[in-house]
Amino acid sequence: MKDKGKIIVGLVIFVAVFTFPFWYNHGAATQAPEPELTEKAKKADKCVEETAYMRKEHMQILDEWRDTVVRDGKRLYVNASGKEYMASLSNTCIDCHSNKEKFCDKCHDYASVDPYCWDCHTYPEEKE
Amino acid sequence: MLESAFKGSKGYWVWLLALLAVIGVGFGFYLRQLTFGLGITGMSRDVSWGFYIAQFTFLVGVAASAVMLVIPYYLHDYKKFGRITVLGEFLAVSSVIMCLLFIIADLGQPMRLFNVLIHPTPSSMLFWDMVVLNGYLFLNIVIGWNVLDAERNSVPPPQWVKPLIYISIPWAISIHTVTAFLYCGLPGRGFWLTAILAPRFLASAFAAGPAFLIILAFIVRGFAKYDAGRDQIQTMAKIVTYGAIANVFFFLCEVFVAIYSQIPEHTAHLQYLFFGLHGHGVLVPWMWTSIFLMLAAITLLVIPAARQNEVVLGIACIAIFVGIWIDKGLGMISGGFIPNPLHHVREYVPTIPEIAITIAVYATGFLILTILYKVVVGVKQEVGE
Amino acid sequence: MDDTRRSFLKFAGISALGLGGISTLTSLMPGPATATKGASAPLYKDTNKALTAKRWGMVIDTRKLTPSLCEKMIDACHKAHNVPNHDNERHTIKWLWEDDFEHVFPMKHDEYLADRLDNLPILALCNQCNNPPCVQVCPTKATFQREDGIVMMDFHRCIGCRFCMAACPYGSRSFNFRDPRPAIEKENPDFPTRMKGVVEKCNFCAERLAEGKMPACVEVSEGALVFGDLEDPSSEIRKVLRENYAIRRKQNLGTNPSVYYII
Repeated sequence: MKDKGKIIVGLVIFVAVFTFPFWYNHGAATQAPEPELTEKAKKADKCVEETAYMRKEHMQILDEWRDTVVRDGKRLYVNASGKEYMASLSNTCIDCHSNKEKFCDKCHDYASVDPYCWDCHTYPEEKE
Repeated sequence: MLESAFKGSKGYWVWLLALLAVIGVGFGFYLRQLTFGLGITGMSRDVSWGFYIAQFTFLVGVAASAVMLVIPYYLHDYKKFGRITVLGEFLAVSSVIMCLLFIIADLGQPMRLFNVLIHPTPSSMLFWDMVVLNGYLFLNIVIGWNVLDAERNSVPPPQWVKPLIYISIPWAISIHTVTAFLYCGLPGRGFWLTAILAPRFLASAFAAGPAFLIILAFIVRGFAKYDAGRDQIQTMAKIVTYGAIANVFFFLCEVFVAIYSQIPEHTAHLQYLFFGLHGHGVLVPWMWTSIFLMLAAITLLVIPAARQNEVVLGIACIAIFVGIWIDKGLGMISGGFIPNPLHHVREYVPTIPEIAITIAVYATGFLILTILYKVVVGVKQEVGE
Repeated sequence: MDDTRRSFLKFAGISALGLGGISTLTSLMPGPATATKGASAPLYKDTNKALTAKRWGMVIDTRKLTPSLCEKMIDACHKAHNVPNHDNERHTIKWLWEDDFEHVFPMKHDEYLADRLDNLPILALCNQCNNPPCVQVCPTKATFQREDGIVMMDFHRCIGCRFCMAACPYGSRSFNFRDPRPAIEKENPDFPTRMKGVVEKCNFCAERLAEGKMPACVEVSEGALVFGDLEDPSSEIRKVLRENYAIRRKQNLGTNPSVYYII
């Protein structure tokens, strides 16, 4: 083991680089943001499904919507309690959540996810 | 075995660094392509595949040509090829890696690449191309590495490698066949719609691949002091000769069918490539250069005295390689798109970013090839061949 | 030491390969979708006002085409679908366009063509083939055929390999060589734009049919376009086809286009 020194230096550099994101953000942790609701959303009380479910699974619902609408041509979503909605991000979701920055972006930025929905679908701001 | 790749002369390191620099420049252009889109290339609505896919097609051939060393060595027991078979296999490895990189460079949404696995579609030839290319890469890495490792330890290669070697022979044919099927199964593209496309691809591959190996053998002899052997090189030269003649023969068959039948959908593309169409003909000088190089090289190769002179042989091999590169890397793809299905002539010329990315992919291939060959030469010198 | 490391690497490599392979195999096999939601599983339905057909088709009556009418129809289509208007000709995107007779029908190049057709713009669009080569070659099923015959693009899934563009014998497909948004004059919020790197083409206004509306071009066509169910003998489109001789583009290729032209 004549290369002991080199190996240890290498390991230290590796560990330092690998854990960089953790200590770089150390102490910078912020409170998880609370998405803001528009008046319309508050009034509706409930989204297309239960709030807790939507928080956790909205991306799955959107993924399923885009497949059923585009591929199966079925545009109506009937939720667990039998209520019907147009399965449409630009029309249904944004109709209530017309505050993308304070609703969508707030959490997405915090979680550092960058969904490309808005590359094609219209921004809420542009609807006004 | 890999350790010998970390010990090299100054020239070796300078070469690797130079390749890395080229890769770096190309990668910069690729980042630009990622942000802007494929609009930085010369491709268009009418010529929707360009330089990337053409290089991919050409290199699939180079990869497949390793079989021209495997067949004599393993099926005909031509022992002399033992010195070079692994060189062919490792050339196949680096070529297939370049092919895969060219496919990725050509995608509009490379982040979605795995949709091909998530939504597998057996009716698409691209799905099968992915299967055979990755399989061939895997086969050649496993075979090449194990055979070389066994050679270093002076033991015969493990028994389980044998079946893989036999599988790799039809597999090599399959990669270029499926690549031809990408093109020749499309209605309305008269230039490619020919049953002889796959055989023609294979013939040109069996000329260009071994020709490139001969050039590589000369380079290895000069720089690494490892001699592939005069007999071995001469045998490869004969393979190149057969391949090149078959390629020209198949091409002339194509020309006859198109010209004699006089069906416009078939003649228009040849007319564009060799004479120009409606005043457009950027490829005309290139195509005639290709024909000249092929014919000149064949003339040199069929004369035994000329072929046996290694300087002449080197020149002939370069001519074959460049000639086939022009044919497949320039003419084959854009020629099929011009004129377009509505019989408009919209030409294609690659842009500088496109060429820089292409060169960077080639540099990546050469980097891998250099390292693999360094390992091979290290082992061969170790066992004192 | 060396041996354990080597066998570990081999094991890791083979496991990684296996995982990739399994996901492909499972998706090749039919099976129930795994979804768990709220109380009972949600349903998806058609909108009840949707126009439906067994096989949508179109007849283009070239006798009624004029340059200004063509322009109007193209404009309606491109505005409805946020089709960009790029300056660079290479990046052109078109769903519906006009061209000369000899280009729309390159296999029908007649030496002595009726004067009327000499300067007449003919409309070209996706033929919505019943046997579409583009669908056959797509490696991800991003382009697919619906039960009503419409050949659709799933822009979410397209990887931008452009195999479909090579396969289409009618030049009906366009690729987003760059972000289309800056080149869209006025965005229609009811229809998504596309992103760079995906292929697009005419969709027979599937989104309008779902709302009970005729395709945008048909709506402004002043009778030059007839749209309907090719498999319904009592439909207007079948009546028009019974009463007039109509041709299709490159029908010898076996793609079976759903767009007819009355010359």
